[in-house]
Amino acid sequence: MRYLPLSDTDRQSMLATIGAESVEEFFADVPRSARVDGLIGDLPLLQGELAVERHLSSLAAQNTNAEEMPFFIGGGAYRHHVPASVDMIIQRSEFLTTYTPYQPEIAQGTLQSLFEFQTQVAELTSMPVANASMYDGSTGCAEAALMACRVTRRTKVICSGGLHPHYGAATRLLCEAQGIEVVQLPPAVDDEAALTNFVDDETACVIAQSPNVFGTITDLTSVSDAAHAHKALLVSVFTEAVSLGLVKPPGEMGADIAVGEGQSIGNALSFGGPYVGLFACTEKLTRQMPGRLCGETVDAEGERGFVLTLSTREQHIRRDKATSNICTNSGLCTLAFTAHMSLLGRAGLQQLATLNHEAACDLADALETLDGVDVMTQRFFNEFAYRTPKPAEEVLQALLDRGVMGGIRASRLYPGGRFDDVILAAATECNTQDEISSYAAALKEVLQ
Amino acid sequence: MTTHAIGRPTKPVDVTAGPPKVSSGSRGLLQDEPLIFEFGSTDETGVDLPEPTMRRDRLGGVVRQTNPNLPGLSEPEAVRHYVRLSQRNYAIDLGVFPLGSCTMKHNPRLNEKLARLPGFANLHPMQPHATVQGALRLIDELADWLKALTGMPAVAMSPKAGAHGELCGMLAIRRALEARGALEQKRTVLVPESAHGTNPATAIQCGFKVEEIPANAGGRVDMDDFRGRIEGRDDIAGIMLTNPNTCGLFESDIIEIADLVHSAGGYFYCDGANFNAIVGRVRPGDLGIDAMHINLHKTFSTPHGGGGPGSGPTVLSEALAPFAPVPRIVKEGDAFRLVEEGQGVCDQSFGRMTAFHGQFGMFVRALSYMLSHGADGLKQVSEDAVLNANYVLARLKHVMTPAFEGYCMHEALFSDKFVGEGVGTIDIAKALIDEGYHPMTMYFPLVVSGAMLIEPTETESKRELDRFCDVLEDIAKRASASDETLKQAPQLAPRRRLDETRAARKPQLRWRPVEQAAIAAE
Repeated sequence: MRYLPLSDTDRQSMLATIGAESVEEFFADVPRSARVDGLIGDLPLLQGELAVERHLSSLAAQNTNAEEMPFFIGGGAYRHHVPASVDMIIQRSEFLTTYTPYQPEIAQGTLQSLFEFQTQVAELTSMPVANASMYDGSTGCAEAALMACRVTRRTKVICSGGLHPHYGAATRLLCEAQGIEVVQLPPAVDDEAALTNFVDDETACVIAQSPNVFGTITDLTSVSDAAHAHKALLVSVFTEAVSLGLVKPPGEMGADIAVGEGQSIGNALSFGGPYVGLFACTEKLTRQMPGRLCGETVDAEGERGFVLTLSTREQHIRRDKATSNICTNSGLCTLAFTAHMSLLGRAGLQQLATLNHEAACDLADALETLDGVDVMTQRFFNEFAYRTPKPAEEVLQALLDRGVMGGIRASRLYPGGRFDDVILAAATECNTQDEISSYAAALKEVLQ
Repeated sequence: MTTHAIGRPTKPVDVTAGPPKVSSGSRGLLQDEPLIFEFGSTDETGVDLPEPTMRRDRLGGVVRQTNPNLPGLSEPEAVRHYVRLSQRNYAIDLGVFPLGSCTMKHNPRLNEKLARLPGFANLHPMQPHATVQGALRLIDELADWLKALTGMPAVAMSPKAGAHGELCGMLAIRRALEARGALEQKRTVLVPESAHGTNPATAIQCGFKVEEIPANAGGRVDMDDFRGRIEGRDDIAGIMLTNPNTCGLFESDIIEIADLVHSAGGYFYCDGANFNAIVGRVRPGDLGIDAMHINLHKTFSTPHGGGGPGSGPTVLSEALAPFAPVPRIVKEGDAFRLVEEGQGVCDQSFGRMTAFHGQFGMFVRALSYMLSHGADGLKQVSEDAVLNANYVLARLKHVMTPAFEGYCMHEALFSDKFVGEGVGTIDIAKALIDEGYHPMTMYFPLVVSGAMLIEPTETESKRELDRFCDVLEDIAKRASASDETLKQAPQLAPRRRLDETRAARKPQLRWRPVEQAAIAAE
């Protein structure tokens, strides 16, 4: 077996050193009834690289990937171009095959990149501090709600009608297990501000999203003002990190906690994971943050170095008193994020964001000239909702038949009929003018 | 003609002078590297994009006012930056990474290659089902492997890491108790003192109370205490037990423990972090467990990546299966479909844990690993993992103090009893760094004084293990003799011991320009 270096001779000589007859002796504590005799049935036996590659390649070939046709799906994960050097960097053995940097003397590579990552996330969101990542945006959102409850010692959370429903569901699940009430406002294309009518003195936080799940961007300043008037917090969510190059970031709108999905920068779509949750907050909330934090210090010779810090918040020290149970986070995805961001820089990020917005404007312009198509999202970044005169599912299938992946039917996120004729479409720098024209032409044909 | 024949031939020089004074901060091949914020410019970019025209916008004025301080680097600068940083990291690819409870085994490169196939890497999670049949089939196939290897009837694939899998199992238990109308009464979760910190943290996050249970002198659950503790109790929601446990020992009374917990009306959560010790040889389903997460990033070799991403599929018993989270994959004829809402077949589901469907990229790698090994290879994995650990135990037990008598499973645990006055476990760990090794897990589990937990894994050769044991034997002898120079270690690493107290007292969690940093420091 190519991954197992011991030879039978090695095994025999090691058993002799140990003084055991066979490995069976090591398993003596396993109850007899629970020992598998021979091999676990019905599973294949070992295979060479070629055979494994053949099998998995055949599974890959049964999928239609985003490069194969004009592609306009967003909804919380976005297709962007990632520079080739990013993947080379994250495949460096020293990054790929190392552990959580608990031994800082021999983990400065990971630690310095985390320190840079935290700084980039803080700058991007315009927040004072950021942590070293969460699993993804949705679980980060749930943790933000719990954190707000700890900070305010209150037990009510209000989610906007534009919060991605998967984020809402993940939040509800964790909150309700701890007896926290979650008020979910009904889905609304453009009504994040409705939160101002619901926040009260019992509210720990309001959770708003911009751009929201329908693509609408909103200045949440009035929402944070209302929340703060009741001593509640604003959790400001985003699912498209690239948007922050152009649209108002959480820190400019009075957010106390900013959480979002970082997949767009540096990370592949990969059918939904692994992604990287971005998590930032105000300075005074730092010690209530979940997850790992990297901080600057010096070594015994006075040289600058970095360590994981404030670990008395964490489960491996505080156990049942920890701020969260999170341990493993999104290490390598943060490296992909930070490497891509280091290449982009402010100038590149703003350019990239602008290109995304232009592509979406071009798409909206092209679609709304068609009879019966109504672009519902008034202010958007690279994604918008539109209404069609025919059921969305039918329209998307007909577009697919014509070689266009036209978006998400909103009813997949909101079953129940209200959004059966609504499609969420996203455009990024990956979409050419030709692709946008093909989309419009195909949709015209479908709607005739 | 060689260059040396043109120039002067090199020859050894006098080396008694010691290391030179350098002005660069570098140490030979190990080059000093500042933060990107200290040398990059926000006006530069290493990505050549088309020039946008910004003919018009539909932003409605909700635009960014501040310029983020994000420097951009050209590709050569960026590549050099990260390669230089990488050289300050230890890694499995450099040598033995003996972290107990972490299963740092070799990460096959085939798995990386396959996860990057466009038919996997470029799939969007919200594509129509008809366009992702291969991906759904892959998840289903991996689920079948996990069910077969654990002997369990169901598996939830969406948990993002081990602790998220714990959450999945405990939320399923919570919902099962709720469905029985027993949740109000059953609030207590039993957790051994030796458990991973995630266990009690998870139980609390699910709204339970934690009650610690003691170990006996043999490092296993104290059954006398346990029987007495659980008898007549009506508040037991369940137990969270790691098996093999964090002392590297198989809980020999596990079936009785399961029976007792079930008789008390509770459920058995097994922490699967140490599955590598038994994979292919023992099916947890035969031990009476109700839920167990599987760390794909441990047993099934998806890379640890400096702290993640992980993946924590969670197997569930018949009793808990109906409460599994959404989404789930169902097979209809030859086609696969995702059920994303808690309706129909999923109407008892406890809900959704995360956006989308789990760590798909890790699924590809784990399935590649399983197919490569096969049932026979996996059985060999656990045998070699346990053999290697016992070899380390045998090689070192004369110079270090084994925490418990007898054989171990996949990790060898030592206490600090052999260590002389004035030095401690941490000094041994840091001395390993100077010898070119990552330290073992130290001071865990908490039940053993100055614990040193060594998990070599099956991907170490005898030659590597012998080198490692020779080195550790030498350090152990020095520690027994109270060799104070150990306290200086590490001296040859990129950094000496770091001041963690200072880092926590005045946390600096981000870079700031010099003047801002000065203000912040006041």
